[in-house]
Amino acid sequence: MQLMDVIPPRLRPHWQYPQVLSRWQFGAERAMQLLGLVVVAVVMIPIGVLVLRAAGAGTEGLDYLLRPRALRIIGNSVSLMLAATALATAIALPFAWLTARCDLPGRRLWLALGLAAMVIPSYLVAVTYSEALGPRGILQGLLEPFGVDRLPGIKGFVGATLVLGVVSFPYIALPLRAAILQCDRSLEEAGHSLGLGSWGVFRQITVPQLRPALSTGMLLAALYILSDFGAVAVMQYNAFTRAIFLQTESFRMDKASLLALALIFMALALLFLQARAAGAGRRYRIGSGASRQLEIIRLGKWRYPALLFCGVVALAGLVIPVVVLFSWLVGRQMSNPVQIPLSQLTGNTVGVSVVAALVVSLAALPLALLAMRRAKRINRWLVNIAYAGNVLPGIVIALALVAFASQNLLSLYQTLPLLILGYAVRYLPLSIGATESAFAQINPRYEEAGRSMGLGRLEVLARITVPLARGGILAGMALVFLNVMKELPSTLILRPIGFRTFATRIWSAYDEAFLATIAVPGLALILVSALALLIVLHQEDILD
Amino acid sequence: MLNFRRFITCLVIALVCLAAAPSLAEDQGPLTIYSGRNESLIGPILAQFSADTGIEVEVLYGGTSAVANQILTEGENSPADVFIAQDGGALGALAAADMLHKLPDATIGRVVNPAFVSPTGYWVGLSGRARVFVYNPEMLAKAGLELPESILDLTDEAWSGLVGWAPTNASFVANVTAMRVLLGAEETAAWLAGMTANGVIPYPKNTPIVQATIDGEVVGGLVNHYYLFRFLAEDPDITARLHFFPGGDLGSLINVAGAAVLNTTDQPYDALALVDYLLSDAAQEYFAQSAYEYPLVDSVEPVVDLPALADIETPALDLSDLADLQGTLAMIEDSGALD
Repeated sequence: MQLMDVIPPRLRPHWQYPQVLSRWQFGAERAMQLLGLVVVAVVMIPIGVLVLRAAGAGTEGLDYLLRPRALRIIGNSVSLMLAATALATAIALPFAWLTARCDLPGRRLWLALGLAAMVIPSYLVAVTYSEALGPRGILQGLLEPFGVDRLPGIKGFVGATLVLGVVSFPYIALPLRAAILQCDRSLEEAGHSLGLGSWGVFRQITVPQLRPALSTGMLLAALYILSDFGAVAVMQYNAFTRAIFLQTESFRMDKASLLALALIFMALALLFLQARAAGAGRRYRIGSGASRQLEIIRLGKWRYPALLFCGVVALAGLVIPVVVLFSWLVGRQMSNPVQIPLSQLTGNTVGVSVVAALVVSLAALPLALLAMRRAKRINRWLVNIAYAGNVLPGIVIALALVAFASQNLLSLYQTLPLLILGYAVRYLPLSIGATESAFAQINPRYEEAGRSMGLGRLEVLARITVPLARGGILAGMALVFLNVMKELPSTLILRPIGFRTFATRIWSAYDEAFLATIAVPGLALILVSALALLIVLHQEDILD
Repeated sequence: MLNFRRFITCLVIALVCLAAAPSLAEDQGPLTIYSGRNESLIGPILAQFSADTGIEVEVLYGGTSAVANQILTEGENSPADVFIAQDGGALGALAAADMLHKLPDATIGRVVNPAFVSPTGYWVGLSGRARVFVYNPEMLAKAGLELPESILDLTDEAWSGLVGWAPTNASFVANVTAMRVLLGAEETAAWLAGMTANGVIPYPKNTPIVQATIDGEVVGGLVNHYYLFRFLAEDPDITARLHFFPGGDLGSLINVAGAAVLNTTDQPYDALALVDYLLSDAAQEYFAQSAYEYPLVDSVEPVVDLPALADIETPALDLSDLADLQGTLAMIEDSGALD
């Protein structure tokens, strides 16, 4: 399960690692540690810059953070995170259950349609929702015959919650669904034989088995919501990221740094709480014997509400954004005097995303290999620090890198390498996790078989280990590609002058209300993302 | 072992290439423009400049205060050669920070009205823009409202939830700065708080406010005059109209879009050529015809149906007094307008 891989490794179950890799010689491990150290040093730059900047603000900075306004921002972020995570969970629970254990008609189709919400960037969903559900939007138009003159509108808290709940629910649904599929039937049977009723089995056996996946997913969703910029910016809800952006806009770097540090602190607190809550306790089988597949639940007449539910999920995550984009494509009059050829946008976006995916995967490789030897403290520390990107929202990284480069590293300022560096710091954890699990899922028995057939150690590596890991690594790259392509704040802040991607084009067109101009890059972004997502889902066997 | 060594070698080569790439690409390069004006307004004329003169340009677009602050932060390292701003205040702020080149008299002299150039010769106005109240007449009638006499009337409960503004937009910030100068800090803060308490709807920029007014999302909003004409050009049936606050009200400020040459530029002649180009009759006609702004040189007339610049009663004010954008931004922030 790739998506779980963004979680720090200690939360994951123990795996056996491929033997070729686990029998490195001392020199190889040293080399990896050295490379890992270089990568980690680069990852630490943004945090270092922020701390120095914030420290520069001194006690005045502390006053700033304790003012009612800053406290309101914290309150806004916390309440948005709670509400949107709750909404995402409320969608994910039935969705995962229906697509994993029930005889839902068109199960795989609904799964793919539902998960499509992942590839549509939050700012696009927000922009299209504002149009569809705004005071005089499409919904109001439909209600006009019933005398509805205007709707209250969804700007602010309601809109931000709605958008972020919808786009983050796959982060919960995916691990949850995987856990449901892995539930052990014999445990449930044991429960029945010990005298539990259906409800008792569900409460005491099924739910505890799902709890780790659920809490992992909720953590992922909460981190996503906390670090999202697009939705809160479009909905004009003053959460942390928007407040930071407004400070950046007026180039008040010390205040922006203070807010950024406070945001990182919140993300860390969240990670800590989740680790505590996930806690100890064994919920898997011990001893021998194969675990048995669960029976499929027959929905019967419940099929109709179930289908309705899945339809609403697909409507919210995919259909509304796509339909609104199409309507802008054909219906809007305001034409943008600045025309950028689609080929240029596509080339820039895909090009920079591919390069970023390659760089990130390369940088992740030594750390992924070190992660397999986590028993050593130095390896563990290197890997844990590399995971920092998880709690660093894109806007925070970008802010720090701009401050750093404009003062200390002018040759990188406003260049593509700096932009790619920003992406790399942000998505390194994603890539480390994917690469590590790609190696970890190789059954050492295959390698042993190769060895016993007379292959040398390098031959085993070349002919068995690497080919087996390749798919997983590729899927990891596709995942990074997917995320880089829709990344907005880093791109806006770090890009070279005149460099445009789908994301920046959509943003500037939204900014100037050229809605027709949003449509083409918006639809193109969704299309390219959908292709990358298919690679990931296929590799993960999610759709099979 | 062999594989690892080869892998490390590749990695090192890749990293070196990555680090070397930007320094290899460094030469004088195109003229770098930092623009606080929208690309849709200024992009076409800059492209025309390149085509006419053969001078290549690259443009960074952003909000005027954002771009001004970016130049201030970059300081001596700034790659910018020319700064194009949406209001005189931002230009004044850079002049005050001693970051601008003095412009020759021939350039400054193109603009007739001394109110629209830097008194010390560091920046020059390119076009004039009036602050107005754009409104939707049907919605106004439906809500049973009269057009406001003053910008200060919009805190009235009758307007609750019906007005749009763009609190971080440079033109708005300049307008609030003018209020600070003429009305005092206390009353300005009270007005901002009053607007917020009255449920004013925030937008990121002017254009979305005009769109929202046309759509009836709000009854009206505080914008610059020219945005509506861009919508009217596309659809003459739009009924939204402009209202100039009468009697020299604080809401009817006339500001300029202007340009300046950075004193850190390595291409001063090209930079000056651009400023002169933007003051040429051809460019001024573009501002008048395509951007619907007031041209500032004598030989060109505005084309759209607008009251003449001289006929608008505006508050008595020196645009260079509007330099304290940071102070205004902090006040807007403190008023809760951004929450």
